[in-house]
Amino acid sequence: MGNTINNNNIALHIEDLSIAYTKDKYAVKGINADIYKNTITAIMGPSGCGKSTLLRAINRMHELYPEIKVTGNILMKDQNIFKINAMEVRQKIGMVFQRPNPFPSMSIYENVLAGYSLNGIKLKKEEKDRIVQEVLEDVGLWEEVKDTLHKKRTALSGGQQQRLCIARSIAMKPDILLLDEPTSALDPISTSKIEELLMKLKDKFTIVIVTHNMSQAARISEYSMFMYLGDLIEYDLTKKMFTNPNDKRTEQYLTGKFG
Amino acid sequence: MNKMKYRRYKDKAFLYLMFLITIIAITPLASIIFELVAKGFNQLNISFFTEVAPTTLDSMLAKSTGNPVKGGIANGIVGTLQIVGIASLMAIPLGVFVGIYLAENSNKKFSTLVSFSTDLLAGIPSIVYGIIAYAWIVIKITDGYSGFAGSVALSIMMLPLVIRSTEESIKMIPASLKEASLALGTSYRKTILRVILPSAMSGLFTGILLSISRVIGETAPLILTALGSQVINLDITKPTSAIPLLIWEFYNDPYLINMIWSSSLFLMLLVLIFNISAKQISKRWAIQ
Repeated sequence: MGNTINNNNIALHIEDLSIAYTKDKYAVKGINADIYKNTITAIMGPSGCGKSTLLRAINRMHELYPEIKVTGNILMKDQNIFKINAMEVRQKIGMVFQRPNPFPSMSIYENVLAGYSLNGIKLKKEEKDRIVQEVLEDVGLWEEVKDTLHKKRTALSGGQQQRLCIARSIAMKPDILLLDEPTSALDPISTSKIEELLMKLKDKFTIVIVTHNMSQAARISEYSMFMYLGDLIEYDLTKKMFTNPNDKRTEQYLTGKFG
Repeated sequence: MNKMKYRRYKDKAFLYLMFLITIIAITPLASIIFELVAKGFNQLNISFFTEVAPTTLDSMLAKSTGNPVKGGIANGIVGTLQIVGIASLMAIPLGVFVGIYLAENSNKKFSTLVSFSTDLLAGIPSIVYGIIAYAWIVIKITDGYSGFAGSVALSIMMLPLVIRSTEESIKMIPASLKEASLALGTSYRKTILRVILPSAMSGLFTGILLSISRVIGETAPLILTALGSQVINLDITKPTSAIPLLIWEFYNDPYLINMIWSSSLFLMLLVLIFNISAKQISKRWAIQ
């Protein structure tokens, strides 16, 4: 990749990772990549290229579907995430989904703390209040919802819901935050709010985002991956990739020839 | 042009025909309600709820002296609450868990088998449940007719309804919610109990209330199990009365004809309350 990388800067080391939905039909083919700490890495590519599949494997969401087979390793702080307890992995690697999915049976306050309460972690009242305020301020939702924190079924807009979901994830203080097309169901204003939020959050977390939207990748990410038909075609600094891609297919995708 | 006019007339006629058929269809329904209210309403007084059912002797005496028959259906109300309450305690937890299992493992062969059995169970005539409870409970366990045997019969009747409604309401919960919970590192057990189940509460509750209203008026299985009782009986191992059993007893007694109407009216109102509550809950608790 040109620049030498210090090992301490690596948040995730992906090693020969392949993912198959059915036997011999690979959605992700032998990917090797390092994800760098406190950066935003964007994964791009046309529909069906395996980008979401790759992302979901990082916090072992694929295990919900037993037919999916994964080979290879993902190392986090020299620990293979496939060798430790999935629940532990998911507490360290948070995930935000395409469609906002706050828990409808819980209030905003309970949603933010869901990671704690569902994992049986007891907190004092002051500590809860502090986390809720801090996290909601981080996602820029505090002013909007501080009066309805304990009300159930409050009507939040899609963008607010998605920010609440991000709040729910970062409340657990994960090392890594995965986002699977988090703005594809949102309007432009909510989208730009989330983008600003992510740029701010990368100081605290390592962010990996799958996006359909090339300009979004260009706006917010330091590193970009381009995937095509399960292969990682190119992985480089976003600036470099958008100005001078190495692979012809990357160039074609970025210039809208396919995708 | 004429053709168009003809078609318009045909449409009009069709509309009127549908209206007429609807009227014909609801006439018996309206007549039933009218008859129940007309004949039963003035019996719905305080003593109807506080006194036990009159015996044949009471009614004969009252009749011969020209006084109105005294008495109510307190023993039936208490019995129904007790029998249906215990049936619910048995059927609801069981049915909810089976429903969760089916919703969560819909592609397993075992689930197909359970699903098929549930459908089969729903199709069995209620008297058969009575006979089964008679053979299993009345003869072998309580050694005589008992409210508990009635509860068992009714709880088996409730099971398929609770199972189905749980399964359906859990399947309605989007997979994204389950993923959201698991992605926080939550265990599967807590995901089901603390996230999925509360989100499915509206459908679950509706199904439970409808299953209760379905069995609350059942008579045939109770004749073979709870049998009936002249007094308020709280011992579940002894014969117990119930509102539908009283209606059956009143029918067999020419002196108690008035009590049939008031009891039927009350039972209908009870079922109506359950059904309306079910609708309200499903509306109010519904989660978008």
